[in-house]
Amino acid sequence: MVSDKVTLAHGAGGKLSQELMEEVILPAYGNPLLNELHDGAQVQMGGQVAFTTDSYVVQPLFFAGGNIGKLAVCGTVNDLSMTGAVPRYLSAGLIIEEGFPIKDLKEIVATMRKMADEAGIYIVTGDTKVVEKGKADGIFINTAGIGDVIRGTHIAPQNVKPGMKIILSGYIGDHAAAILAGRHGLTLPDTVKTDCAPLCHMTKAMLEAAPDIAVLRDPTRGGVAAVLNEIAAASNCGILIDEDAIPIHEEVQGVCDILGFDPLYLANEGKCVAFVPADEAQGVLAVMQANKYGRDARIIGEVTEQAKGQVGLRTAIGGIRVVDMPLGNIVPRIC
Amino acid sequence: MNKNAERELAQKLVTEIKTMADKAGRKLRFMEVCGTHTVSIFRAGIRQLLPDNVELVSGPGCPVCVTPDDYMDKAIAYAQHPDVIITTFGDMLKVPGTKSSLGEAKTNGADIRIVYSPLDSIPIAKENPDKKVVFLAVGFETTAPTAAATVLAAEQQGVKNLFMLSAQKLVPPVMEALLSDAQVRVDGFILPGHVSVVTGTGIYEPIVAKYHVPGVVTGFEPLQILRALYRLVKQVVNGEAKVENEYEAVVRPEGNPVSQRITDTVYEPVDTGWRGMGVVPRSGLKMREAYKSYDIEAVMPLAVAELPAPKKTACRCGEVLRGIVTPPQCPLFAKACVPTHAIGPCMVSVEGVCAAWYKYGQGRFEYGK
Repeated sequence: MVSDKVTLAHGAGGKLSQELMEEVILPAYGNPLLNELHDGAQVQMGGQVAFTTDSYVVQPLFFAGGNIGKLAVCGTVNDLSMTGAVPRYLSAGLIIEEGFPIKDLKEIVATMRKMADEAGIYIVTGDTKVVEKGKADGIFINTAGIGDVIRGTHIAPQNVKPGMKIILSGYIGDHAAAILAGRHGLTLPDTVKTDCAPLCHMTKAMLEAAPDIAVLRDPTRGGVAAVLNEIAAASNCGILIDEDAIPIHEEVQGVCDILGFDPLYLANEGKCVAFVPADEAQGVLAVMQANKYGRDARIIGEVTEQAKGQVGLRTAIGGIRVVDMPLGNIVPRIC
Repeated sequence: MNKNAERELAQKLVTEIKTMADKAGRKLRFMEVCGTHTVSIFRAGIRQLLPDNVELVSGPGCPVCVTPDDYMDKAIAYAQHPDVIITTFGDMLKVPGTKSSLGEAKTNGADIRIVYSPLDSIPIAKENPDKKVVFLAVGFETTAPTAAATVLAAEQQGVKNLFMLSAQKLVPPVMEALLSDAQVRVDGFILPGHVSVVTGTGIYEPIVAKYHVPGVVTGFEPLQILRALYRLVKQVVNGEAKVENEYEAVVRPEGNPVSQRITDTVYEPVDTGWRGMGVVPRSGLKMREAYKSYDIEAVMPLAVAELPAPKKTACRCGEVLRGIVTPPQCPLFAKACVPTHAIGPCMVSVEGVCAAWYKYGQGRFEYGK
């Protein structure tokens, strides 16, 4: 590269744009479909298609256990997975601030490739824009994705019925804690890092084991509390969870105590909440625990007839309190 | 502790509380006067566990909530001066004054910075020598020493552009005011953990003796709170009134003399206004004459025209803070007044009584009933 920083010319469509493409982007993403370098990719899909998009503006860009690129791939892969689809193809739009180090950009796109490989998808089309210094915060990424909906599945909150079990795939709050620690300069043990991960293989196995799973959700912004409240409202059922059953790392609880947060409201990037018919719960749990991202999965509660639209939590000492919908974004720019 | 063991212990304590409370032959009412206790009680679902004849009410334990409108109005007026930088704890931003809030002032261009400690104001003052940096010194005995230490540090470092807008409050005088208020009925106090670390337990002795109302200092874990409640019920049943310490690991009878000395160097007691309670004798702190040059109100008094005239709303924060009504009895609660659009300060702070009632069930604590 001529320069070690991204310049406005890198986004201008000329020679430097081509250089950025050939020396940074293509070596990272490269795959037969992208390498065609058409204006768009042409792909073959199986039947019903799921389609989603998300933009990533996390700050800081690099944090314990990951970076914005990891989020940009896993976030969209997981959104597709939660609809009951097998993710296939992603697009990637990069909006880069003038002066952004090429070295950092290389690291970010390399991470995107690594995650795409793990998820079994291709990044097949993309776009790069550069804006003046001060007009963006380093880099923003948008990804959109499409996937094949797994036949025989029907994910919809309306399918949630009293008696169903609620399964959580593992420890909560790790991602938010890693970001908060990075932002507030808190030094945390190496064990606290983002949980960001592609969940598509686990969800596929879950749906193959139990096609009538009613709902899958990834508890990102607003955390587990927001997901449960949304489902309680949409299904017009009550939800009762058990405080003791919810896995929280001690260090994450510590960060929460210092900064005044409740882990139930903290964002996760590699977790899923499943609403499963009671007689299939153990089977689904076993499938999840066999996957490395579901090793610590457990049943955290159930759907109830009473308290429609409400989420209750049985506290460690046996009391009950309401878990309400988070008011706003407690941690801005978490993903 | 093992979680099952914790649950079993809690159940055992609740049974003991019930057995003991039944002997009283009437409904008992205990008040916590610390916002952190308020939140702990809700978070653990303690109210749900207690028998019907043991009621918990929240007193004036949240510093943001007890700070009257006129203090916020002053803070906003100072914030609007172009040569002033306000430093404050984050939860003050949304507190409504008479007409607006610091958050609104910030949106409109006022220089207001969130700090985690008053000491963070010192570097800000050094970096902005042509500005007056004003820290909003709000809080109880726990925060007064750090505010005082900030003043002493500024003096030592020759920082001349750092000031306090003080509304420091003291817990024991307001407890006394509550006890002499005929509308307030309290059978005992859950005494604050953090405040007592500084003050010690001895400071409550005269009040407990004078009004014959027991008090137990305790920590913030659910079991500690339940143990304190058991001790309170037991004292009432036995006709006793003494100060007990359920938080002996951290709270000593004499408190923390170093902190007390620092506070005492900079501050002296003064009659001060509390939201909903009016002026309570010697319940606040003002800066001593020797430190007047750090008191923004002395250095840069506001003109009357800069402050709005008082307003009236249906907000019953004043009665809520005295435990006379519970939040759902306020006509605004969960209707016009919600955390995203708070009318009263008790809905603003996370430790506010109304905010806690709202968050943990909007007043409904019987899940599913």
